[in-house]
Amino acid sequence: MERGITSYGAYIPRLRIDRAAIAAAHSWAFPSLRGKGARALANWDEDAVTMAVEAARGANLDAVSSIALASTTAPYADLQNATLVAAAAGLEEDTASRDYGGSLRAGTSALLDALLSNREGSALIVGSDARQAKAGSAQELAFGAGAAAVTVGTQDVIARLVGHATRTVPFIDHFRAAGDDYDYVWEERWIREEGHGKILPTAIRDALSNTNLQPGDINHFCLPTTLRKAAEAVAKKSGIAPEAVADDLSAMCGETGAAHPLMMLSLALEKAKPGERIMVVAFGAGCDVLVFEATEAITNYTSSSPVSAQVARGVIEPHYTKILSFQGNLELDWGMRGEANDKIALTQQYRAADQLMAFTGGKCPDCGSVNFPQLGKCVNCGSASPLEPYDLAREGASVASFTGDWLQFSPAPPLYFGLVNFDCGARVLMEYVDVDPAILKVGTRLRMVYRIKSIDGERHNSRYFWKAVPLAPEGV
Amino acid sequence: MAKGIRDKVAIVGMGCSQFGERWDSGAEHLMVEAYNEAMADAGIEHSQLEAAWFGSAMDNVNVGNSAIPAAMALRLEGIPVSRVENMCATGTEALRGAAYAVASGAVDIALAIGVEKLKDTGYGGLPVPFKGTLNGGWMPLGSAPAGFAQLASAYKARYGVSDEDLKKALAHVSWKSHQNGVKSPKAHLKKAVPMETIINAPMIAEPLGLFDCCGVSDGAACAIVTTPEIARALGKANPVTIKSIQLSVSAGRESGTDQWDGSYVQNTRNAARRAYEEAGVTDPRADLSLLEVHDCFSITELVTMEDLGVARDGEAVKDILDGRFDADGDVPCQIDGGLKCFGHPIGASGLRMAYENYLQLQGRAGERQLDNMNLGLCHNLGGVPFNGVAAITILGREKN
Repeated sequence: MERGITSYGAYIPRLRIDRAAIAAAHSWAFPSLRGKGARALANWDEDAVTMAVEAARGANLDAVSSIALASTTAPYADLQNATLVAAAAGLEEDTASRDYGGSLRAGTSALLDALLSNREGSALIVGSDARQAKAGSAQELAFGAGAAAVTVGTQDVIARLVGHATRTVPFIDHFRAAGDDYDYVWEERWIREEGHGKILPTAIRDALSNTNLQPGDINHFCLPTTLRKAAEAVAKKSGIAPEAVADDLSAMCGETGAAHPLMMLSLALEKAKPGERIMVVAFGAGCDVLVFEATEAITNYTSSSPVSAQVARGVIEPHYTKILSFQGNLELDWGMRGEANDKIALTQQYRAADQLMAFTGGKCPDCGSVNFPQLGKCVNCGSASPLEPYDLAREGASVASFTGDWLQFSPAPPLYFGLVNFDCGARVLMEYVDVDPAILKVGTRLRMVYRIKSIDGERHNSRYFWKAVPLAPEGV
Repeated sequence: MAKGIRDKVAIVGMGCSQFGERWDSGAEHLMVEAYNEAMADAGIEHSQLEAAWFGSAMDNVNVGNSAIPAAMALRLEGIPVSRVENMCATGTEALRGAAYAVASGAVDIALAIGVEKLKDTGYGGLPVPFKGTLNGGWMPLGSAPAGFAQLASAYKARYGVSDEDLKKALAHVSWKSHQNGVKSPKAHLKKAVPMETIINAPMIAEPLGLFDCCGVSDGAACAIVTTPEIARALGKANPVTIKSIQLSVSAGRESGTDQWDGSYVQNTRNAARRAYEEAGVTDPRADLSLLEVHDCFSITELVTMEDLGVARDGEAVKDILDGRFDADGDVPCQIDGGLKCFGHPIGASGLRMAYENYLQLQGRAGERQLDNMNLGLCHNLGGVPFNGVAAITILGREKN
């Protein structure tokens, strides 16, 4: 059976920082720093895991039998990050899971592995990255944050793999040592000429060699790079039409690391018509080249979380120092309220994993009330009958009460929280995030998102839970 | 139906420490200060105390857990001493334990003492208590004002009150307590504050500003309870008696179902209904002479007026602005300054409210003495409106 891409979803943090604001902050030291557009910034409570969850929720997760998380900024070195994403996305325990990392082509390598696998069911591949950069560096302007997910399967394929090639070459254009925060980047001209210029065209030729395609047949050429006009140069050298060079999302997102090839692929799939060819190239100590052809089925497919919507939902954040503070590079005086010890009891966390990770409520078999948290007796009727799982992560909800708390410590004050009414009748006290204060009112509709609740700074462990995002009224 | 404890327990002595930022005193010293006053007032010997209940709410400051620190501080040697903790109802819980011991006949004379040493935290406001390992995994741990500010959003939504009108009423609540605090020598804050200062104060938790929040204070308060017979034998003719003590605790319906609209406090209504029944109060507006309510935040006092039935639902804003709860209003509220100005050392607060009612009932309240005292009410609200504890104590004289 033909194997190919069956769905996709994307996530880009809402916060976007104007590159001009970044450049202005550094103009005293680096007057030549320039930048157009805005880059995405992961909020303090967003990381590779939370963004991956949100992207995955935009893809079709029915029949997923494996998950791969590709990231160079996954929070844990030992604790399979994909497991956390699987639990939050509500995947079953018999799902196979794997982390891919160590390279900006981790996402394409995971995708190619899935496409070449013969595992039953569909495979979920999520790329997710929020790379840090030194203040005042070109990377600080170029890097964004985000995640992209695709599923691979044999049912309702919207794009089939028609060619591929891989190169493993010790061409080290940049590196980041284990535990370090920042990339160390070599000279741009060398990367363009000796790296892109020599490694990519031959791999692109190889990827097309077993097909009946010519470079000119490529309609969407997706090559993430932070080097200006570098994709155009590679296209030209490879014989790919200049108009095929795909939008690299630099205007409102920035480069999203191991996620970016999948992000650009997702955007290309959003635009592609049946029969169009998409080439995805990821460069990093060699390269991956994947060539897809959109099928007829693509006309009937719409992602619930397409890249274009994620790009459009951005809100310009005027405060440059948020980048520094969120990434731990600026120690603001939060006062003693920020000193809380937040050690996580791993026993309790596992006992309540369905509640805390998947946001599963418990429906009382006797009165039908949905309980959260799930205790020993029903909140409404007091029955001790075992509760039945009820998914609150996807349940519609609205604001019952709210405030913005300026007293309690929050890395991004005020701490908005209040009582949330779920459409099923359940109520949960929750944090509100990505808040536009103008629309936060009693009755405002909400969407649940997976975020970091708090960080145990002493043990470098994050507590994850769900928060509620106020939604603008339809049509506004 | 149980008969309750109405008039079965008399208060023969009370004491209250100076409230405030007591940099010079530890919790142990504050307890002795309140204890000494209460014992002198009662006119009994230390050896006559048969049991004691000790209330303290914060383990991470103050004196730690168990009753041992109170036994140590007061040298309560060889008698049963219990520690109680029920958030802001802690002081009332101590009184309730002692009162029940007397009412049951288990002891003749019992001591209730509550203390909190909040000014050892190093910062303003209250510390956030530990909520358990499960709740810590999901519950937003907001500040106390933010928990109570939730009432404001739901109240406004239910009654269509404008931001401006609500802010004005809230400011009046605090303004009035500052006026009253001036006449309260043991109060933490004894300074009148102009309305504009209150309205324009920095935001703490929308819509509550700095002056919508009560004082964070150190202090202790103490009561000696016994039977009315022993009270009379001690020379207390027509002693102050407990007419009722009632509690209500959240079991999850408010915070876990959509059956409550968030604009009032169900626990207060539950406790008030039972307290009025126990005390024989049929018309709270007419029967109650003084309210000492849990004005931790101005919005709490506002909805409490409705929850206690002294204002009709949806009319508290108007009643407050009409001055009904001012010192010269028809039901004075917080005549000693309340939590707002007298201060709120958590474990002591329930007993501090009883102390003011106790003084007023005996005509001993000095400059702030009210005329025609009949029944006085104390009200505590612990936790948050949707997940909390309400306690109501009603005091009067044995014979009115």
